[in-house]
Amino acid sequence: MTTTVEGQTTRGMRAGLLAVLARVWLVPIAVAAWELGTRQAGSTYFPPPSQILARMYELWFSGPAAHLFLTDGALGDFLPSLARLFGGWALACVLGIGLGVALGRSRKLSGYIDPLVEFGRAIPPPTLIPLFIILFKMGTQMQVATIVYGVIWPILINTIDGARHVDRVHADTAQAFGLGRAQRLFRIILPAAGPKIFAGVRLSLSLAVILMVVSELVGSTNGIGYQLMFTQQNFDLSGMWGAIVLLGVLGFVLNASFLVVERRVLSWHRRARQTT
Amino acid sequence: MLDVVNLSHTYGEGPNAHQALGGIDLKVAEGEMVCVVGPSGCGKSTLLRSIAGLIRPTEGQIRIRETTVADTPGDLAVVFQDYSRSLFPWMSVGDNVALPLRRRGKDRTARRAAAAEALEEVGLAAASSKFPWELSGGMQQRVAIARALAYRPSLLLMDEPFGSVDAQTREDLEDLVLKVREHHRMTVLLITHDIDESVYVGDRVVVLTRSPARVAGELSVDLPFPRDQIATRELPAFVHLRAEVGRLVRAKKESPPVQV
Amino acid sequence: MIDRRVVVRGAAGAAVLLIAAELAGRSGLIDPVLLPPMSTVLAGAAGLLADPEFLTDLWGTVIVWATGLLTAIVIAVPLGVLLGTLPRAELAARPLVEFMRPIPSVALLPLVTLLIPYDHGVKITVIVYAAVWPVLINTMYGLRDVDPVAKETLRSFGFGRLAVLARVSVPSAAPFVLTGVRLAAATGLIVAISAELVAGGTDGIGAFMIRAGSGYRTDLILAATLWAGILGLLANMLLVRVQRWAFRWHTERTGA
Ligand SMILES: Nc1ncnc2c1ncn2[C@@H]1O[C@H](COP(=O)(O)OP(=O)(O)OP(=O)(O)O)[C@@H](O)[C@H]1O
Ligand SMILES: [Mg+2]
Repeated sequence: MTTTVEGQTTRGMRAGLLAVLARVWLVPIAVAAWELGTRQAGSTYFPPPSQILARMYELWFSGPAAHLFLTDGALGDFLPSLARLFGGWALACVLGIGLGVALGRSRKLSGYIDPLVEFGRAIPPPTLIPLFIILFKMGTQMQVATIVYGVIWPILINTIDGARHVDRVHADTAQAFGLGRAQRLFRIILPAAGPKIFAGVRLSLSLAVILMVVSELVGSTNGIGYQLMFTQQNFDLSGMWGAIVLLGVLGFVLNASFLVVERRVLSWHRRARQTT
Repeated sequence: MLDVVNLSHTYGEGPNAHQALGGIDLKVAEGEMVCVVGPSGCGKSTLLRSIAGLIRPTEGQIRIRETTVADTPGDLAVVFQDYSRSLFPWMSVGDNVALPLRRRGKDRTARRAAAAEALEEVGLAAASSKFPWELSGGMQQRVAIARALAYRPSLLLMDEPFGSVDAQTREDLEDLVLKVREHHRMTVLLITHDIDESVYVGDRVVVLTRSPARVAGELSVDLPFPRDQIATRELPAFVHLRAEVGRLVRAKKESPPVQV
Repeated sequence: MIDRRVVVRGAAGAAVLLIAAELAGRSGLIDPVLLPPMSTVLAGAAGLLADPEFLTDLWGTVIVWATGLLTAIVIAVPLGVLLGTLPRAELAARPLVEFMRPIPSVALLPLVTLLIPYDHGVKITVIVYAAVWPVLINTMYGLRDVDPVAKETLRSFGFGRLAVLARVSVPSAAPFVLTGVRLAAATGLIVAISAELVAGGTDGIGAFMIRAGSGYRTDLILAATLWAGILGLLANMLLVRVQRWAFRWHTERTGA
């Protein structure tokens, strides 16, 4: 009895290990190839990953323990970048979802506004940077404005779509039982539109990273994008690659953590679809 | 209680227009249980939607307790034909049942208690914390019924509420509705396409014609209470009424309305 | 058939915005140097069409954008087909994709400008980097989503794997690929203009705007923004048309 159970668990563990291996085996090979290839080539433009990591450590992660090992340089670059990113993104979420629900639920209002939305979202957001620079001067205001303008569209469009297509029987049920405005909004419309809204919000998060970088490259005196420009001008290529890697990690972490939240909030949706 | 006068409804406009209701007159007295039968697609759901104030009929009037229905009346509950779509998949079964009770000004614990009681009545006390999509079709239907019962409406509208449950559950639910109505003195309008069912639960059966629907005729059902699934259905009066309703349903559209 | 009310409302909405912007500019509520009245902007936008300098810039953006998009398609579609049909390869490649995809392509600009001396080449490179991902992901997704019954039907008639790939998998994944291309086109335009703003260069809408900005010509900046918007709108409309036309069967089946 016990031996079979043990046999099964070890077999289960071995299967699990193999599954993980099947996923990640290419990563060490790719990194090794990168290291060897760059060493062989010896090009200044392509420093080996070990050197990039060393430089990243030196630049950002060799600080005191009290600061979570972050250096002053890291704090000076990361904090403003992240503040702009999240500030702009959060503002866009609030505006986009609020306006989206209004437009999705009112045919009349959306009749007036829809063409403007269509045109507004067709304008590539970076084109507004020169205008925002003149309006708000260089700095945080201009960057936040760029991020808000750029990332609001996927949120807005998806919210409109989700709020407009609430199942008719759901809407009828809410009406027949006489639910008030607030309850209809928070208990019916927003949850029903939830999957669509989340898809838009997730898309907007990766857009926000792009726009943060662009706005910092163009007009800023701090932030990760500025660091990218600064290292390039000082021909510190390891530092520049470090900033690129850092942005990749940032995007990856943001997306992954957002997915965790989304799974939580929308678990009903995922599970309901699996069963039907 | 409910007074429907010359109700007509046309969907769409121009060449695509489709007249679903062609002048329906219907009265339901306080505490009465009226069954509406009619062929599929004749406009039964349209009639119910108009009474619930969910669509604005193109012609005619609906009065509930002498006030004309313009928006959704306050004291009314609906069990929709599309029961699976009428439950909210993002809420637990208990929350689904408790949601409308907010309108009754009950606090959280009172709502919980009322929901639990209604679920108990339909035999789903254990399902309260599950999600609707974790239940079978028949169970979902019972949740929808429990939600309407918990609301304690003075007028209960049901659109083919026992459509997709097995025969046994169906009989249990029919008896449940009879019992609850008795207990809480509700007025019920029940739509069905099952002739036996209409005679078994109704005080009165109203038969509609094919689309555009009109009243083809109506019968009052004077079978004794309490009704019993076996004994009542054996009564000669039951068999006779069933045949009468069947005749009305099958009658040609052109034939004039019959009063029995 | 379009409802006439919709058109009237839409026109009214646009008119109200234009008039409000005009009044704000004229009344001095907003400094007209910062935000000129709408009529000036619209006149400027019309004038730009006759301005050979702007047309060269506009053309520069379009060329870079289109080349980048096409290159991305040429790279991403075969790769997507390969990864979509070989689940093991896809599994192994996924962590690399997941790490490389979130790197904003504009972050590569400082590096690429050092590597490539040729200004269009820089822009095309970053556009390709940005545009590859949506096409790749959608192609893979589309191939995984192919109805297995359709595949098995063909297999049962004795067709080989390649024939099944060519006759069933690729055609039924095509609508997804085109959706990816549409996304890539939008991102590509964003990146093209970003690159022009960051790296300057000889031509492009972004370069035009930098020049206009250094002269504080907000009217010209806004006029160019207007044209950039119209460019994006046209491209999207074109792709939607192509998608509708080429894949009528798909929209009919899903009712989308
Ligand atoms: N929203 C709508 N738009 C256009 N036509 C509709 C709409 N809803 C229903 N109809 C049409 O009106 C007629 C009556 O529909 P209704 O749903 O009231 O029928 P029903 O009697 O409830 O049918 P069933 O027994 O199948 O539920 C049908 O012919 C249907 O096609
Ligand atoms: Mg119906």
